[in-house]
Amino acid sequence: MRKHLGTLGVVAAIIALFALAMILGTRHAPGEGEAFVGTDSAATTHIEASQPGYSPWFKPLFAPSSGEVESGLFALQAALGGGLLGFVLGTLRERRRHRAAADAAAASDAAAAPPEPRS
Amino acid sequence: MHIAEGFLPPLHAAAWTAVATPFVIHGTREIGRTIKAHPEAKLLLGAAGAFTFVLSAIKLPSVTGSSSHPTGTGLGAVIFRPPVMAALGTIVLLFQALLLAHGGLTTLGANVFSMAVVGPWAGYAAFRLLAKAPFSVRIFTAMALADLATYVTTATQLALAFPGQTGFVGAWSAFLGIFAITQIPLAIIEGLVGVLIVKALRTWAAPELEALGVLGRSQTRGEAPTEKVSHA
Repeated sequence: MRKHLGTLGVVAAIIALFALAMILGTRHAPGEGEAFVGTDSAATTHIEASQPGYSPWFKPLFAPSSGEVESGLFALQAALGGGLLGFVLGTLRERRRHRAAADAAAASDAAAAPPEPRS
Repeated sequence: MHIAEGFLPPLHAAAWTAVATPFVIHGTREIGRTIKAHPEAKLLLGAAGAFTFVLSAIKLPSVTGSSSHPTGTGLGAVIFRPPVMAALGTIVLLFQALLLAHGGLTTLGANVFSMAVVGPWAGYAAFRLLAKAPFSVRIFTAMALADLATYVTTATQLALAFPGQTGFVGAWSAFLGIFAITQIPLAIIEGLVGVLIVKALRTWAAPELEALGVLGRSQTRGEAPTEKVSHA
């Protein structure tokens, strides 16, 4: 249990930071309905305000048809990455288990082997 | 975090593409070399890419009332050195530019330079400079700094392109206010998540990390060393 205390502390710190961001962020939001706007959108808004004549000279080849579709695609990206990361961590864990089992078996065999006759 | 499509003047877009391209080419070759030298580390390479893929897809709220993405590039930079992340980060940015309309093709060079070059190098430099600090502190600092450096670079790129009436310094502080302040708590979260991931990797992949030179002999946990440490 003691060795997991550090991990629990880190998880608790992450949760606390999330909670703090949600509480303070809601208070600092620029206006109603605009809470937690993306910084990239804020930057483009700032450019459009500071350089009124500027307009983007190239459009995205594909743009999600709605905010929901965009969120879904981001979720898909996260799911793909999360799935791969989970697979890798699971495989590494199993690999380590097999390694430990093989080492234990080798040590056991060495201990059980009869001593070599003295010449 | 990414500079949106068409939001850099053509000259700036071309210049950043020219600056980023050699890093990406070198990084792609470095992946081939790494796999050849350490075939057992393929899984860790997948983990580094997947970690960046996940983290750069998650938009997190911040204390400023805005939201932004972590980058996840610090992990791969520490394990495989920064050049590898130039290639892996480009794949992530290309995916987002083509399928999510996030970032863009014309701004890909600038976004690659900030997220896949400057971020990883900043994180790796912190990891090396803190060689005598506890391992978790080194990982936390490397990952948080890789995240934060990315956004400081983005702010710099935009200030160079759009100095406005306030000049570069005024524009830079305005863009830093948008990007960097929002990013500070997110960078701290990314550093903490990195500590957890690396703790798991140290437990389950110590021989691989040791072979890559990430862990010294004193930092492994009950696993026999397999190769000489090269850059711990």
